[in-house]
Amino acid sequence: MTKEIYITQTNCITPLGFDVESNIEAILRGESGIQLHSALSLMPMPFYAAIINDEKINSAFEKISTEKKYSRLEKMMILALEPIIKNSGVELNSKTAFILSTTKGNVTALKNNSEESFNNAHLDVLAKNVSDFFGFKTQPIVVSNACVSGILAVSVAKRMIQSELYDTIFVVAGDEISEFVLSGFNAFQAMSDLPCKPYSKNRTGVSLGEATAAVLLSAEAKNAKIKVIGDSSINDANHISGPSRTGEGLFRSIQNALKEAQINSDKIHYISAHGTATPFNDEMEAIALNRLNLQNAPINSLKGFYGHTLGASGLLETVIAIESANQNILFESKGFDEIGVSEAINVIEKNLEKKIEYFLKTASGFGGCNTAVVFEKIKSNL
Amino acid sequence: MTQNKTYIQSYITIQNNEIVLNGTSVFKIEPTDFGDFSKQAYRNFDIQYPKFFKMDALSKLAFLGSELLLSPITSAEQENNIALVLANKSSSLDTDVKYQESISDKENYYPSPAVFVYTLPNICLGEISIRHQLKSENSFFIFDAFNSEFLLNYSEVLLNTNKADSVLCGWVEFFKDDYKAFLCVISAEENTKYTNENINTLYNQ
Repeated sequence: MTKEIYITQTNCITPLGFDVESNIEAILRGESGIQLHSALSLMPMPFYAAIINDEKINSAFEKISTEKKYSRLEKMMILALEPIIKNSGVELNSKTAFILSTTKGNVTALKNNSEESFNNAHLDVLAKNVSDFFGFKTQPIVVSNACVSGILAVSVAKRMIQSELYDTIFVVAGDEISEFVLSGFNAFQAMSDLPCKPYSKNRTGVSLGEATAAVLLSAEAKNAKIKVIGDSSINDANHISGPSRTGEGLFRSIQNALKEAQINSDKIHYISAHGTATPFNDEMEAIALNRLNLQNAPINSLKGFYGHTLGASGLLETVIAIESANQNILFESKGFDEIGVSEAINVIEKNLEKKIEYFLKTASGFGGCNTAVVFEKIKSNL
Repeated sequence: MTQNKTYIQSYITIQNNEIVLNGTSVFKIEPTDFGDFSKQAYRNFDIQYPKFFKMDALSKLAFLGSELLLSPITSAEQENNIALVLANKSSSLDTDVKYQESISDKENYYPSPAVFVYTLPNICLGEISIRHQLKSENSFFIFDAFNSEFLLNYSEVLLNTNKADSVLCGWVEFFKDDYKAFLCVISAEENTKYTNENINTLYNQ
């Protein structure tokens, strides 16, 4: 029989807080991490983004290490992992893997022309630095699959444990705000001139953000927060920089994930969607969900709170969705006003108590990639 | 999980101005840069796909390898559930460095969306998927060196859980004209020509 897979520990480092609890409190208060910034080192003009204060990162990091060699992103990743590795008591042996998910890692290191700095821009070097901090015994696995990376990492971990290669896998996901990414999204004319408004009529694009998130996946049910019961990651085979108009890859990813989970779409009580607030992405999602008869399931995008955190987003949003399920609260889809997609979807307008037994997490990204994962609440948490 | 045996069906290596398919050299030219090499290879195999010339070098490399492996086994009439599992060391750094140059000098600032889109390693998976109409599992991994154990294990998981009928897996590394692609097609169909155990030998040939 195929092993059942659980998430037993979660954590996140975001502009809203440096643990899950403070993040949930901020969301319940309706607080957003997105603010207007003027920083010429990042963008020639003022821009909206969700940025973590440097001093907060440094002072939190000083509490766990005096080492000076780590980059800003490495500190954020270590801060996300540290408490869950400690709390789990898991021995870091040959059956414990480490997966790191990111799109651009330490790309900021490219600004400096030295060879050492260039070496640090390599994602395997980033992973080794974080891995060595904790002393993992297995070679780090880096997932770099555009904006689905964070949730795809959960899927990869599930599959690796089911194949009995590992007993437990720590996953960390992270990306930071950089001139590199800001200028690229701006060149695509994909940046919103106001805080992003997923699924809204007047949405004009993304707000970028930065965060790290970490989880522990295990076949051990003890202390489980949620069960991972189905997953799939299907390419649109349509376009490298825009989604399929019919949402084909997302449609198939969700369909496959539900099939593996052995549940019908009417069992999905909540969808934590991608919702970047670009005109094409949100429209595509609405089409795919309608094709699956999921238009009535309550849905939110957390981008209104965190901005688009790229390789972190899928994992960060999963961490928050797990709290949503276990606390039986649907969180508002921040920034939403009037529906602005051509097919109806049930966007959560304000925080709402609701029993959630199963939920779906989705993401889509450049290169035509899509990922869907179905989660089931642990019976004792119902 | 049921562990069915899997087999390497075919493989290809591209390096040092040469393409070796299933152990036989099928294209080799005098030393030149990758841009010239890839163009000559494209012409040699009479590939009709103008989009090729818009791709960055990493995508061209992955495209050429997959073209020779997949064209004989994919059909336009039916769906081909062939998963793509690729990895490398340098991610998209070759294009990242070019993009960084375009934004470094404020007097000469010209960020281009056409370059920016290739600053993700998985874009080459998208290019292969579009070319062969593969609506299938896709994932890109980064390791410090060719990791046959992980790539084989992960591919076997996809096959054993029926997430894919076959898997195109391998290594596509490109940085500043230093390149190597090693790709193979794996499935449960019995094929005694190559064994999975010697994937490292095939890679190092």
